[in-house]
Amino acid sequence: MGQLAGPTDPTADAHWEHSHARKGFFTDTSICIGCKACEVACKEWNQNPQDGELELLESSYDNTGALGASTWRHVAFVEQDSERIEEARESGRKLVSLGMPRVGPPEARPQPAAEDTTPPDTPEFRWLMSSDVCKHCTHAGCLDVCPTGALFRTEHGTVVVQDDVCNGCGTCVAGCPFGVIERRTDGTAAPRTERDGQPGKPEVKNVGVAQKCTLCYDRMVDDQTPACAQTCPTTSIKYGEHEDMVETARHRVAEMHAQGRTEARLYGANELDGVGGTGSVFLLLDEPEVYGLPPDPRVPTADLPRMYQRAGLAAAGMLAAAALAFAGGRS
Amino acid sequence: MANADCIVIQGSNMAECHPVGYQWVTEAKARGARVIHVDPRFTRTSAVADKHVPIRAGSDIVLLGALINHVLTHDLWFEEYVRAYTNAATLVNEDYRDAEDLDGLFSGFDPETGQYDMSTWAYAENEDGAGGHDGKVDAPAGDPDDGAEAGAEAVEEAAGQQLGSGGAPMEHARMLHDETLQDPRTVFQILKRHYARYTPEMVQEVCGIAPEDFAYLVRSITENSGRERTTCFAYAVGWTQHSLGAQYIRTASILQLLLGNMGRPGGGIMALRGHASIQGSTDIPTLFNLLPGYLPMPVAGTHDTFEDYLAAIASKKQKGYWAEADAYTTSLLKAWWGDAATADNDWAYDYLPRLTGAHGTFQTLTSMLDDEVEGYFLLGQNPAVGSSNGRMQRMAMSHLKWLVVRDLNLIESATWWKDGPEIASGELRTEDIETEVFFLPAATHVEKSGTFTQTQRLLQWRHQAVAPPGECRSELQFFFELGQRIRERLADSADERDRPLLDLTWDYPVDAHGEPDPEAVLAEINGRHLTGPDAGRPLSSYTEMRADGSTSGGCWIYTGVYADGVNRAAARTPGQEQAAAAPDWGWAWPANRRILYNRASADPEGRPWSERKKYVWWDEEQDRWVGDDVPDFPLHLAPGTRPDPDAGGAAALAGDDPFIMQADGKGWLYAPKGVLDGPLPTHYEPQESPVANALYAQQRNPSRVLFARQDNLTAPSAGEPGADVYPYVFTTYRLTEHHTAGGMSRWLPYLSELQPEMFCEVSPELAAECGLEPYGWATIVSPRSAIEVRVLVTERMTPLVVRGHTVHQIGLPYHWGVGGNAVVSGDSANDLLGLTLEPNVQIQDSKVGSCHIRPGRRPRGPELLDLVAEYQQRAGATVETGNTRIDVPGTDRSADPDTDPTTDPMREH
Repeated sequence: MGQLAGPTDPTADAHWEHSHARKGFFTDTSICIGCKACEVACKEWNQNPQDGELELLESSYDNTGALGASTWRHVAFVEQDSERIEEARESGRKLVSLGMPRVGPPEARPQPAAEDTTPPDTPEFRWLMSSDVCKHCTHAGCLDVCPTGALFRTEHGTVVVQDDVCNGCGTCVAGCPFGVIERRTDGTAAPRTERDGQPGKPEVKNVGVAQKCTLCYDRMVDDQTPACAQTCPTTSIKYGEHEDMVETARHRVAEMHAQGRTEARLYGANELDGVGGTGSVFLLLDEPEVYGLPPDPRVPTADLPRMYQRAGLAAAGMLAAAALAFAGGRS
Repeated sequence: MANADCIVIQGSNMAECHPVGYQWVTEAKARGARVIHVDPRFTRTSAVADKHVPIRAGSDIVLLGALINHVLTHDLWFEEYVRAYTNAATLVNEDYRDAEDLDGLFSGFDPETGQYDMSTWAYAENEDGAGGHDGKVDAPAGDPDDGAEAGAEAVEEAAGQQLGSGGAPMEHARMLHDETLQDPRTVFQILKRHYARYTPEMVQEVCGIAPEDFAYLVRSITENSGRERTTCFAYAVGWTQHSLGAQYIRTASILQLLLGNMGRPGGGIMALRGHASIQGSTDIPTLFNLLPGYLPMPVAGTHDTFEDYLAAIASKKQKGYWAEADAYTTSLLKAWWGDAATADNDWAYDYLPRLTGAHGTFQTLTSMLDDEVEGYFLLGQNPAVGSSNGRMQRMAMSHLKWLVVRDLNLIESATWWKDGPEIASGELRTEDIETEVFFLPAATHVEKSGTFTQTQRLLQWRHQAVAPPGECRSELQFFFELGQRIRERLADSADERDRPLLDLTWDYPVDAHGEPDPEAVLAEINGRHLTGPDAGRPLSSYTEMRADGSTSGGCWIYTGVYADGVNRAAARTPGQEQAAAAPDWGWAWPANRRILYNRASADPEGRPWSERKKYVWWDEEQDRWVGDDVPDFPLHLAPGTRPDPDAGGAAALAGDDPFIMQADGKGWLYAPKGVLDGPLPTHYEPQESPVANALYAQQRNPSRVLFARQDNLTAPSAGEPGADVYPYVFTTYRLTEHHTAGGMSRWLPYLSELQPEMFCEVSPELAAECGLEPYGWATIVSPRSAIEVRVLVTERMTPLVVRGHTVHQIGLPYHWGVGGNAVVSGDSANDLLGLTLEPNVQIQDSKVGSCHIRPGRRPRGPELLDLVAEYQQRAGATVETGNTRIDVPGTDRSADPDTDPTTDPMREH
């Protein structure tokens, strides 16, 4: 078993012998237009079934709710008033002063026009949109608890389910601190009727099996961009080497802070967090909870060494106590 | 757009409805541009804009007019540009009277026909031609009695859009100018007077926009216009679909000309088209009054001879390329009728059908209701859901003998006879309907090759990805075969009227599946030399077209797309591997030019206005225009050139006439002809409005096209009794997740699950006022129908205070329809809409209407009709309501109490 917590290169940690750069997403929610093309492109490429109930979810324009076995990209819609925007600016500003890693813009990048650095007026209202996806954690709870080996770390540092190995035990579902992975229950992949008016034949694959984003592993091995990033019209979803993604993300946050938009902050870029940093990083405009993301995600297996240590200590203590008892009995 | 320093999106929800095009706005923003969204609703576009400015639907001309007024009164206009490139200095006929003089009417209005005689709008003109030309006369000259008017005569019969971008013929040589711009008859002074009352206070009063927001808008666009910077406007049907829609765009054009933003990178007005190739369907039109390339359809009695027809399009003595309309028309006729088109039969001109009036989709609709139409083809159209006044649409189809629906799915327009709303209400019974309905499955865009022409006039070739399944066929194959079969039937006919069909060139090569080669069609559209040493060679440019029958070409503006036999629409060099204007991606008409009128990107001497906005300029050494784009100007016409006053066409252009399709080479701040409802845009309230017109006693556009019928009643407007029965404004729109009437999205589970149910968007204030529960049901009632929707209560909707009272606006997406075949269905917003048309382009006013909203679901069965009738009675709505032409101050604008609503529907159009 590899390292369970703290900074590491997950590919090397998984003992891949040939070197591939770790790949990941950078989702810049500040330029997301909420078109949901990522959701559709993902389902289309991966042939995932429809899983919405075909009823309004009562959550602004969001009708698919959350990431799950059949929805591997999910766009959240959050409507906020000016008070909440001001709070977000304040909390984002504090994050910086608390020593959030700041990286100056690389020389090659042109500096945006910086004549006016006064903070913009706080708008009265805003509508946040954010495309969520599997985090492909450095220390992946799902993978570390999987008893069958169905989940594996790819040569690109991502985490993928092998459908034909998974036995549907569901341990991974509890193992993910983000609630990403789930077992597929049902759903329909086909329209009610075929184009010639004949009734459709819904076919759902992988029912009962744990399912989640593969970062389009099948495209990646052919050097293709994952479907969601390929289709994103505004480049809100960027794909590339993890290191570059984090770098780009840090630059973008610095740029927005320079414009007075201090509500911007990174999510998942801190390798000291409870999952060792995520493979998919995000630029958010408010606290993670606002988007339905855990503020301090922690992989359950991170505590395994300590737990084993404690358990070991306790066992040793018990043994010692028992030994003492016997020793005492003899005396 | 990526080059813009400021982008104003108004009348468009660009991020939601054009998400792919929106990448260029995102790009501009990344480069530091300011993005402002002016819209009744806070949408996904507003969410990513720098600022959202809420506006009352239907009041945009007041806002744009106030921007014009501000720019004029604060001397913020781009003086050198305006003086050199616009008609600011041109003098207008002495008899012209402005709407400001006549309380909302321009001179020449005929209340009987609802049309203007435009003769008084024309430019003043010197009878003997001595008045000079090209801005060389410094003072108004000539006795007005000696004056004639430039180019007004031929306009009356022909709708504005029929006459191409250049309008009706006009001779440039006789116009009068005052270069000081001081003469009260100059366009500049007329413009100043016309917009003087369009103040920030008026904006607040009429649009509900706060003075701070207006000031922000003014600052943003003026600081980002001029030599160094450019501002771009983007609009869509939020501007066009009004009873004076063309005038909305005219207002923006005036503003952009004053700011010097036309013909320059990052400037202009981007007309965002509704879906793939809508631009293409006006270039090679599916419209009743146009032939390909914006040539007009001949009118019976007016264009009886080829000579009459050509004279009505352009004078040989006017400036620019419309003067060659004879060559374009002859080439078109040669493309269609080949050897049967000869000099002796005027190139088969008489084979063209003639118009006897307006034959638009809505006139056809009323003819259907009057049992005057037997059959109807629906191709990629779902009027049962997607067209205004859905009940009228479905009832009309029930009067047909036969109906052919070619679509991807069994859309509501193919199933209304068994599961439409009128079956449910009992108005129609399936067994009584005699219409025979044929459903023919169609191939999708990925199942056939061809071009899309997008909003920037860019033709992009689409390669077939998969073969169409089963019986699905492309439109091309369908029409080719239909033509073949008809011609077979008529083969032995000796009837003269069958000649046009039998003489058509109808000989496309087909593949093994019977699919005609779409490249052969493209080649035919491009045109070729027919005689001489080059016979058979594709034309390279429309300037090669001749009026002597030696060339053919199906659409003159597309000539060049197949130059040298190469399909240029299929060019696919990635942006990063070529020049900034990306000339090797697709092909833009005309001549692969990416920015129209780009001569204006250089100053009168031919130098770029600034290094930053350099685009096309005069190169002294090479003695030609050069730059990043194909120059939109005669290549070797030097900046200082003055033409021979007797010349016509391209030879008459001066070196500083950038607007080469206009009859005088200038950008028109004032339209002396061609726009049917006024030479300057002025504000009228929509057909249905909760407020009285703050500017004039004239409430509505007097030239709008009316359908005064019992099945198309109008709600009373402010000041009329019964206006409070329908107190709220509704506006209709699209969502990213669906495609128009749903034919391409509601049958797809992946899209249906994203927006599964019909809903409305209301403010928390309106929800409180009407007792609406979040996500509960509500019924919306208009004088046409009542529909039920789920309620989204959101702060994205803002009540506006307009003329002292609060105006609540209700947002309604129009994607859902009633039927049994789609994955998701629901009531259709278009059932609420009435029919009133804009006079120039005959577009319906579907962006604003009056309604009432109440909690709960709508009644079922005949009770639904009772509910609608009960509202109508309370409002006192009759066929007269809202359908008077002229509102004179002091007269009662209410309906005539003697009118019996049960009399036969009267029609007027």
